[in-house]
Amino acid sequence: MSEPETNVPEDADVEAPDEPETQDSPVEQQAASVPAEIPLRVRNLRKTFGGIVAVDDASFEVEAGTITGLIGPNGAGKSTTFNCIAGAHTPDSGTVQFQGEEITGLRPDAIANRGLVRTFQIARELAEMTVLENLMLAPRGQVGEQLWKSVTPVARGDVIEQEAEIRDRVWETLDFFEIDHLAHQEAGTLSGGQRKLLEMARAMMTDPDMLLLDEPLAGVNPTLEEKLLDRIHELREQGYTFLLVEHDMDVIMENCEHVIVMHQGSVLAEGPPEEIRSNERVVEAYLGEDEL
Amino acid sequence: MSAATDAGGDPAADGGDPAEGEEPATVTDAVVGALQESDLRIVGATMLAMYLLFLVLTVASEGIGPRTVNALVSTWVRLTFLFAAYSTLALALNLHWGYTGLFNIGVAGFMAMGVYGMALLSTSPDAVSGMGLGLPLPIGVVGGMTLAAVVGLLAALPALRLRADYLAIVTLGLSEIIRLTLNSATLSSWTVSTFGFGTGGGSGLDLPDTPTDALFAAGGPLDMTFPLVQTSVVRRAAWVVVMAVFVLLVYWLLRRVGNSPFGRVLKAIREDELVAQSLGKDTRWFKIKVFMLGCALMGLGGILWQGSQGFVSPNSFRPIVTFYVFVAVIVGGSGSNTGSIVGSILFVGLLFEGPRTIGSILGNALELGGSPGTFPAAVAPLGSLDPMPLLAYAVGNISAFRFILLGVVLVLLMQHRPEGVLGHRTETAAAVDLHRSGSGGETDE
Repeated sequence: MSEPETNVPEDADVEAPDEPETQDSPVEQQAASVPAEIPLRVRNLRKTFGGIVAVDDASFEVEAGTITGLIGPNGAGKSTTFNCIAGAHTPDSGTVQFQGEEITGLRPDAIANRGLVRTFQIARELAEMTVLENLMLAPRGQVGEQLWKSVTPVARGDVIEQEAEIRDRVWETLDFFEIDHLAHQEAGTLSGGQRKLLEMARAMMTDPDMLLLDEPLAGVNPTLEEKLLDRIHELREQGYTFLLVEHDMDVIMENCEHVIVMHQGSVLAEGPPEEIRSNERVVEAYLGEDEL
Repeated sequence: MSAATDAGGDPAADGGDPAEGEEPATVTDAVVGALQESDLRIVGATMLAMYLLFLVLTVASEGIGPRTVNALVSTWVRLTFLFAAYSTLALALNLHWGYTGLFNIGVAGFMAMGVYGMALLSTSPDAVSGMGLGLPLPIGVVGGMTLAAVVGLLAALPALRLRADYLAIVTLGLSEIIRLTLNSATLSSWTVSTFGFGTGGGSGLDLPDTPTDALFAAGGPLDMTFPLVQTSVVRRAAWVVVMAVFVLLVYWLLRRVGNSPFGRVLKAIREDELVAQSLGKDTRWFKIKVFMLGCALMGLGGILWQGSQGFVSPNSFRPIVTFYVFVAVIVGGSGSNTGSIVGSILFVGLLFEGPRTIGSILGNALELGGSPGTFPAAVAPLGSLDPMPLLAYAVGNISAFRFILLGVVLVLLMQHRPEGVLGHRTETAAAVDLHRSGSGGETDE
């Protein structure tokens, strides 16, 4: 067995007794709300599909204002973990806390409304809506989403006023992501990379506290990739927190402050990229030499 | 308006096929493109075309004579009546299916709920068949629409959690349950102390007169003889005017719903519900609300149509009605409100009334003998180069041929223009113009 990782929690079942780090006592964890510096905390997450254990006792946390990477070989359970956090799947056991509140098993919309917003691995643009409409859809708390307010003449004034505000924000966001020239196109006509930008832009329009990005760079050409990463860094500097699922090791190593490595459903290692890079177990997992 | 400029300004956006989207591929496309500038113009032109078509048909069948005007006006009134009836229903279905992607194939059932709800409240207690409370008509109409909406809610609560095709089965089943329940003798009359209540069962239900009929009653403002046309035709026309007003109201309402943040969420649900949820929209409520609204409007459509003929029976609400409304929406282009109206007009004119009229003209003109009883009997004389029996057979079975025609049209439409006449249009779902503010609609492309 290799040296225990320098950083925090060892979740692999093998080495159960763990020296208690600051946040580890279950009592403390329940009693005190999690300090704001740790917006996302995943504890002992487990999800099975039939007989297949996709996520097995995964625990990790994401610090505020960081870009945290979640990597692992194919089938390591990254996307499932992600879906459990975002509410697309209900975990079998374990908890997910966001900003100190338990969000395990909530509906996706309830989770998004708390400021934890996700994007999808395969961009899910709303194909027959224009880029503008895609972005206009996103903001939370739109008055006009109440049917009667959209319809009755008296309340319609407020709706229109808010729509104009949102529209201006949409254009700012389009400018920021440099997709303003696509504004009036139907989203279905965009290229793969442009769709990824659209997804990010749309997620940003919800004014989230934290973004879950599921392979934001998959299928994106190098120029756009650069652009996307620039945007992510820029937003991080503005104080947003990111959890990034990626399968491309290099991207993660170059862009994340903190890396979580998953393997066979649980967290294999975590720490700063330099450490992960030299971690033997990670290298083994990636080379598929588990049997050694 | 903004929708029209969008569509006109960005032809590449239509159809999702950039290779063909550049220029109008066919004459039809070009004509459609030119007409798109104004919704009113499209609807008006389509209606005018149908009126002209039936002008020709009527003259062909009646010849020119003293009765032609009456026949013509009567035909036009009947056409317009059906235009309005189908338009209301198609608009409501478009809200469900075109806008939100809810595959509701129980339109007829919700219509029935509207009509029967209205009737039970407003039919006179001493009607010949069936019984109601005799309340004023507006209460009956609102009550009928509410009943349709509540039944919609009951269907929606379990069904909207299911995938689209399950919703379809549930709504179809519900619609048949409604029809069979109304047909049952158990509910045909039902008296609780002095209150009488009843659906009339299979023998149907008497309905209150339409409000416009009062104008023509003895001593009413229009109690007179009209030149050239019969009073009954004028009376019908007066009701059709009321229906047209309702169509405009429903159109206005749905346009407003569509061009709002609410409508935007509906569109998003249609495109990808999980995305809408991931952006924090509680899609369940949106679906329930829109389902109830659409059902209420279907109830209204039922009242305007079947509820205006003095009498109604459960047979008017067979699933085929739902199918017809779907055809109207598909022809017009699902997702477009104007398209729903245009589709209704085209459906009624070309597919519904047209074949029947042509059939009867042919029947009269060719002085066909009796239609052969079987298909072989109709085909066999072709051997001796006598097409008349086959023609007579075709004319005699024109209503069956209408279905074949419908099928052929649908297949051709799916192959050549799956988006319908106006379905490729982008009716922008927003309450404001989305162009960059200040720059006057200019986009830096």
